[in-house]
Amino acid sequence: MVAAANTRLRLEASHLTAMFGQHRAVRDVSLLFPANTVTAIIGPSGCGKSTLLRCLNRMHELTPSASVQGEVLLDDVNIYGDEVSPIELRRRIGMVFQRPTPFPTMSIYDNVAAGLRVNGRRFRAEMDDAVARALQQAALWDEVRDRLHASALALSGGQQQRLCIARAVAPQPEILLLDEPTASLDPAGTQRIEELCHALKRLYTIVIVTHNMQQAARVSDYTAFMYLGSLIEVGRTDEIFTKPKVEQTEAYITGRFG
Amino acid sequence: MTSLPIEGSSRRQSLLGADRSDRIYRRILTGFALALPLLFLMILAVLFVSALPALRRFGPSFLWTSTWDPVAELYGAAPMIVGTLLSSFLAILIAVPLALGVAIFLTEFAPRWLRQPVAFLVELLAAIPSVVYGLWGVFVLIPFLRTAVVPPLKAVLGWTPFLQGVFYGNSLLAGGVILAIMIVPYIAAVSREVLLAVPGSQREAALAMGATRWEAVRSAVLPYGRAGLIGAIILGLGRALGETMAVTMLIGNRHDIGISLLQPAYTMAAAIANEFSEATTNMYHSALFEVGLVLFVVTVVVNAIARILIWRVARGAAIGSRAL
Amino acid sequence: MTGLVVALSFIAVLALVLILGNLVLKGASSIDWAFFTRSPVPAGQTGGGVANAIVGSGLVVGLAALIGVPIGVGAGMYLAEYGSGKLGFIVRFIADVLNGTPSIVIGIVAWTFIVRPTHRFSALAGSVALAILMIPMLARTTEEMVRLVPHSLREAALALGYPRWRTSLKVVARTALTGIVTGCLVGIARVAGETAPLLFTALGNLNFSLSVTQPMQTLSLQIYVYATGPFEEWHRLAWASALVLMGLVLMISLTARWVTRQRYGSGS
Repeated sequence: MVAAANTRLRLEASHLTAMFGQHRAVRDVSLLFPANTVTAIIGPSGCGKSTLLRCLNRMHELTPSASVQGEVLLDDVNIYGDEVSPIELRRRIGMVFQRPTPFPTMSIYDNVAAGLRVNGRRFRAEMDDAVARALQQAALWDEVRDRLHASALALSGGQQQRLCIARAVAPQPEILLLDEPTASLDPAGTQRIEELCHALKRLYTIVIVTHNMQQAARVSDYTAFMYLGSLIEVGRTDEIFTKPKVEQTEAYITGRFG
Repeated sequence: MTSLPIEGSSRRQSLLGADRSDRIYRRILTGFALALPLLFLMILAVLFVSALPALRRFGPSFLWTSTWDPVAELYGAAPMIVGTLLSSFLAILIAVPLALGVAIFLTEFAPRWLRQPVAFLVELLAAIPSVVYGLWGVFVLIPFLRTAVVPPLKAVLGWTPFLQGVFYGNSLLAGGVILAIMIVPYIAAVSREVLLAVPGSQREAALAMGATRWEAVRSAVLPYGRAGLIGAIILGLGRALGETMAVTMLIGNRHDIGISLLQPAYTMAAAIANEFSEATTNMYHSALFEVGLVLFVVTVVVNAIARILIWRVARGAAIGSRAL
Repeated sequence: MTGLVVALSFIAVLALVLILGNLVLKGASSIDWAFFTRSPVPAGQTGGGVANAIVGSGLVVGLAALIGVPIGVGAGMYLAEYGSGKLGFIVRFIADVLNGTPSIVIGIVAWTFIVRPTHRFSALAGSVALAILMIPMLARTTEEMVRLVPHSLREAALALGYPRWRTSLKVVARTALTGIVTGCLVGIARVAGETAPLLFTALGNLNFSLSVTQPMQTLSLQIYVYATGPFEEWHRLAWASALVLMGLVLMISLTARWVTRQRYGSGS
């Protein structure tokens, strides 16, 4: 399927600095996100992890007075180059937010199809297949297959979040960005999403921002620790959590601050 | 899926396409929005140009001359200006306690189950058309005033200049009272929105210090919302200044300056409504347009002041725009 | 103190009850099928109805809505989507100020624009006057409703690669649609009762007419003529007409409320 293409994919931030006006939220971060892996970005509140994430699909610049320096390379092409359309870019990168945000006036089916429709018309059968596939990837299919045209608001919080994941993966992006996706869910919902991460990394390169260290340890292959906008340390998750090289990392992980 | 190519006309097209659609969309919406300043300027221009002959002929004395003689082509708007001010002032005097009472009741004291129904009733009062108020005023309010209100008033206060003369019904009093009833729901609704915009923390802080409900309102809520409440009152005033139908049906439509409530009077809006179709000469028309211009300028200024005050409490919220 | 506040509220509500009560009392007895289906009879005679006025109100208000709704809602969308700058501030302020402009003034302006050059009174002129009243109203209520849409929905759409215009129309406006419609209905109910701006534009018409370029009668104008006329019969008809007008206004307002309840009842 798409796995072959993805193993060639490189996503990399190179000397990335992100600002709100004069305030630097992300300072000179260089970070590689290996293909078909889950990379977790952890750090205390305000460390810039969400901002960094939003730089990867050029959502950061939508805030007034926001600006970016440095590069983000997708297959060695700088996504901030003049030739690149941010709208096209965002269609290749899926994003899921902290709170579930299903479109309230649309049905479950239409929510999942929302990302597809923007990419151009498709025939009904093709659309049905794509929606079903996305819902299966999000582990929601069995629960909603009989009521695809019910309102999205009829779902529970956890289900709505999985719907948002389905919506994000329906256009078959290459990268999936998750911004604290389980922050508003109960433990059962959280667990399901975490299981999804394991399953989905076959197909996508996943970057997840989380304030929950245990979640990072459970879910990710690589972990990056940020503090006050700078990247302090990055490495394989098991190494970061057992043998961190930088003192600050160790302090955060052992709960001495943050 | 292919990786992210940057060459190719199709990519460039979609880059430009999305950008251009966004720009077109924004331009269309801006076009609609520009209708508003355009309308404003149009109204001002029309009024000014049409009033020019009268403006040139009478100058500023138009505002303080009392002669209104279409035959001699002499026009002075003093009676209707005075009448407008007096009737509106009277209306505010009566309406403000009632309206604020309702607003405070609804936001601070009313039990939950009572809030919606009462709020709905107040909204309903605001939805009654002016002409219906006029109808009710002519056949219900005036007889009521004549039989049950004026005699006792005259008995007690008949020696004051406010209650001189015989009461025939159509009068400054009738006009003022109907205006009061009409603006109560308006002031109440806007005040209520202002009060609701006061952060709950203000109330809670006062209550936490042991204040009673009323003390919390008086010491924490009202001062915070004071500017907005004054704004609401001024909005009501603006409304009263421009009210036409009910007023022209009740106030007597006479070019007379007097401070007796029992005598007929005139307002600017009523004068235009009453005489515009009878204006036979250009100068007559022009004089009426000048009245319209004065009325417009006054209400614009009053509304601007009111909005600034309300804006202080509830920035930019569309308070009082709900078809009131 | 609480007692005072309660008493004041009571008086205010009492006024409403009195007015509506009188309407029903004095007006209900005159309402029959003939009232709805016949046009006025010559002065002094009894009977007759308000068929022409009801239809006239419908036409004039309908046409006004056709003109006013697109412009008003469009302006409101501008204010919500792009209105945080200087132009937005000016437009917003002017809308608020125009909302307080006396409708008689709007009437004579419309007269100058349409009646004078065409040398005739017309329903169209009346509609234009009413549309001018509606536009600032709808602009503000639309803006308010669209602003209620959470920013997160906008973000979700943008993150999917929606261009700004599509986000605005297909996600934001669609979500706010119920509120926008409610605002339009309330605005329509309000102008349906207006008389002053129609005095010198639509003028009124004793006969049944569907022509937009001819004078037209509306319920509000009818009430004014009948209430200020010399005949007892006319007064009776005025009450009945007022009851019908209030009934229509009430129906539209209640529909608006029902629409909102439907939407926000289903979990949001």
